Amino acid sequence: MIEAVGLTKRYGAKTAVYDLSFQVRPGAVTGFLGPNGAGKSTTMRMILGLDQPTSGHVTVCGSPYRQLPNAPRQVGALLDAKAVHGGRSARNHLLSLAQLSGIPARRVDEVLGVVGLQEVAKRRSGGFSLGMGQRLGIAAALLGDPQVLLFDEPVNGLDPEGILWVRNLMKQLAAEGRTVFVSSHLMSEMALTADHLIVIGRGQLMADMSVRDFIAHNSAGFARVRTPQGDPGQREKLSAALTGAGGQVLPEQDGALRVTGLALPRISDLAHEADVRLWELSPHQASLEEAYMRMTQGAVDYRSTDDQKEGLQPDQQPGGPAPLPHVPEVPQQGWYAPPPPATSPPGQPASAVTAPEAPADAAASRPPAATDPTQSEDPR
Amino acid sequence: MASVPAVLQSEWTKIRTVSSTIWTLISAFAVTLAMSAALSALMNATFDDLSEAERLTFDPTFVSFSGLILGQLAMVVFGVLVVGTEYSSGMIRTSLAAVPQRATFLFSKITVAGALALLVGMVTSFLTFFVSQALLGEHRTTLGEENVLRAVFGGGLYMGLIALFSMGVAAMLRSSMLSLGILMPFFFLVSQILSAVPGAKEVARYFPDQAGAKIMQVVPNALDSDEAPYGPWGGLGIMVLWVAASLIGGYLVLKKRDA
Repeated sequence: MIEAVGLTKRYGAKTAVYDLSFQVRPGAVTGFLGPNGAGKSTTMRMILGLDQPTSGHVTVCGSPYRQLPNAPRQVGALLDAKAVHGGRSARNHLLSLAQLSGIPARRVDEVLGVVGLQEVAKRRSGGFSLGMGQRLGIAAALLGDPQVLLFDEPVNGLDPEGILWVRNLMKQLAAEGRTVFVSSHLMSEMALTADHLIVIGRGQLMADMSVRDFIAHNSAGFARVRTPQGDPGQREKLSAALTGAGGQVLPEQDGALRVTGLALPRISDLAHEADVRLWELSPHQASLEEAYMRMTQGAVDYRSTDDQKEGLQPDQQPGGPAPLPHVPEVPQQGWYAPPPPATSPPGQPASAVTAPEAPADAAASRPPAATDPTQSEDPR
Repeated sequence: MASVPAVLQSEWTKIRTVSSTIWTLISAFAVTLAMSAALSALMNATFDDLSEAERLTFDPTFVSFSGLILGQLAMVVFGVLVVGTEYSSGMIRTSLAAVPQRATFLFSKITVAGALALLVGMVTSFLTFFVSQALLGEHRTTLGEENVLRAVFGGGLYMGLIALFSMGVAAMLRSSMLSLGILMPFFFLVSQILSAVPGAKEVARYFPDQAGAKIMQVVPNALDSDEAPYGPWGGLGIMVLWVAASLIGGYLVLKKRDA
C-alpha cells in the first residue's frame, strides 16, 4: 500500500509535482501514466525517499520510506536501468544489494535465473544492452521478495518476448497480493497490464480510476455509418438529417461517417425516414490510447512540431516569380471546402456540418511555410 | 533499518568488485615506491653536490618518501572514484533506496574505503622506507633511530587521510570528473608552487598536504627548509581537521540534496 497526500515538489521556480494525492492498493497492477516530464519519476523518487517533497508526504506500508525497517525486504524498485556501476558484474551488483538486508547469496542466483541473465551473470554490466539492464533492474527489485514493487518504465528497450514476460510478471505479482506500481507513457501497454490507472499531467492528478472507468469517462463512443458507395448525394442527405436531429457528424477518410450524440436505433430510424440505405451501422468504443490523448492534450510539455527545414531549402531565384501566398490544403477527402461567403446563405446544412471548424483548424495548427501539398495528413 | 555490519559487508563487496580499486591502489603503491627509490638513489649519488646547510639537515627518512608527491595522486583518484562513481553511474539511487539512512550509507562506505586506503598506505610506507634506505647507502637511517618509526607510520596515515579527504570532496561535489579536476591540479601544482613562493607559503603550509607531510620529517627543517609553526603531530592534526571538514561537508550535501 502506497499513500501520497498533497505531494508537492518544486525545483526552484518549476513545479514538478503539485498537490498529488493517491493510493496504490495491494492485489492490483496500478499504472502510472503521464506524458514525458509529467512528474512520474519525481513522484517515484519521492516514494523511495530519494527526493524530499517540498510539501505533503508519502508513506509505504504506513510509514515514510526512510523509516521503514529493512526497506529492501519490503519495497523493491526499478528506477533506472543504467543505475549500475558498469565495471561490476551483474552478480556482484546483486550480491552487494543482497548483503544489505541479509539476503543469502543463493537468492541472487535465483533471481538471475528468473530474469534470464544467468548466462551473463559474471560479465561487466557496462556492456549490457538496455534490455539486459532492465532485466538486471527487475532482478534487483525482486531480490528481497518485497510486498511493494515500483517499476519506472520497465518495458523500455525490451524485445517483444521481454515485454510479454514483464506483463505477465506484473500480473502474477499482483495476483500474489502484492502492490505493483508501474509507470509508463505507453498507454497501449498499460491497457494490457494495469487494472487501475493513475494519470498525471504537468504534475497534477488527472485521473485515478479503474481502466474500464477510465475509458468510459474519457472517451465518447461513436457510431460508424456507411451509405452506399458512389452516391454522395445519399451521404449528404443522411448527414443533414443526422445533424438536424442533434448529432455530430464527422466524415472519415474512406467515406464513412462518424456519428456521436445519437443512439444507434435513432440513427437507423433517421436513415429510414430520410430514405437512405445503410451499408454499415456499427458501435465503436474509443481505445485507451485515444482516451489518454484526449485527457493529456493540454498537459503535454514537449510537443513536436513540423520541421520547417529553414535555410536548408534551395534559395528562390532572384527575379523569379514570387512565392504565392499559400492556401492551406484541405487535408483529406471528405472535408468540405468552405463555400465562398457570397454564394452561401448562412446555415446551409451540407457545408455547415463540418466546414466551419475543420479547415480553419487545419490552417491554424500548421505554419503556412511548412505546408507541403504532397504530405499526407493524419486526420484528427 | 539496514544494520551497520550488513552495510559494511555490502560496501566491501562493492569496493572489491570494481577494477578501479585494484589499479588505483596498485598505482599508489608502485608509483610511491619507484619514485622514492629512484630519488633516494639519486640523492645518494649526488650527496656531495648538496650545499653545506642541506647536508647538515639531511633527513634520510623524509627523502625516502619523496615519491609520495606523485603516489598520493593515485590515492586521490581512489578516494574520488569510490564515492564519485556512485553518482556518475546513477548507482547512488539504487544504494540509497536500499539504505535510506544516508549517514549509515556514507560513513560505512568511507569506513571500508578508508580502512583499505590506510592498509595500502601502511604497506607502501614501510616498504618504501626499507627500499629507499637500502639505496641511500652510507646516509641511511634505521627504524630504531629517534622519531623514525613515527615518521614511517605517519607516512601510512598520510596516504589514508589523503584518500579520505578526496572522498569527502567527491561527496560534496557529487561528480568524479569535477573532483579530480580540482584535486589533481591542487595537490600536484597549486599546493607545491604556493609553498615555494615567499608570502604565499605562510598560507600554503596550512594546506592539508603540506601540513600533513610534516609527520614524515625527522629533522625539523629538513634539507634547509623553513621551520613550520607546528610540530609533526600538529601538522597531522591540521590535516585531520581538513579531512573532518570535507567529510562533514560531504555528509551534509548527501543529507540535504535529492539523490
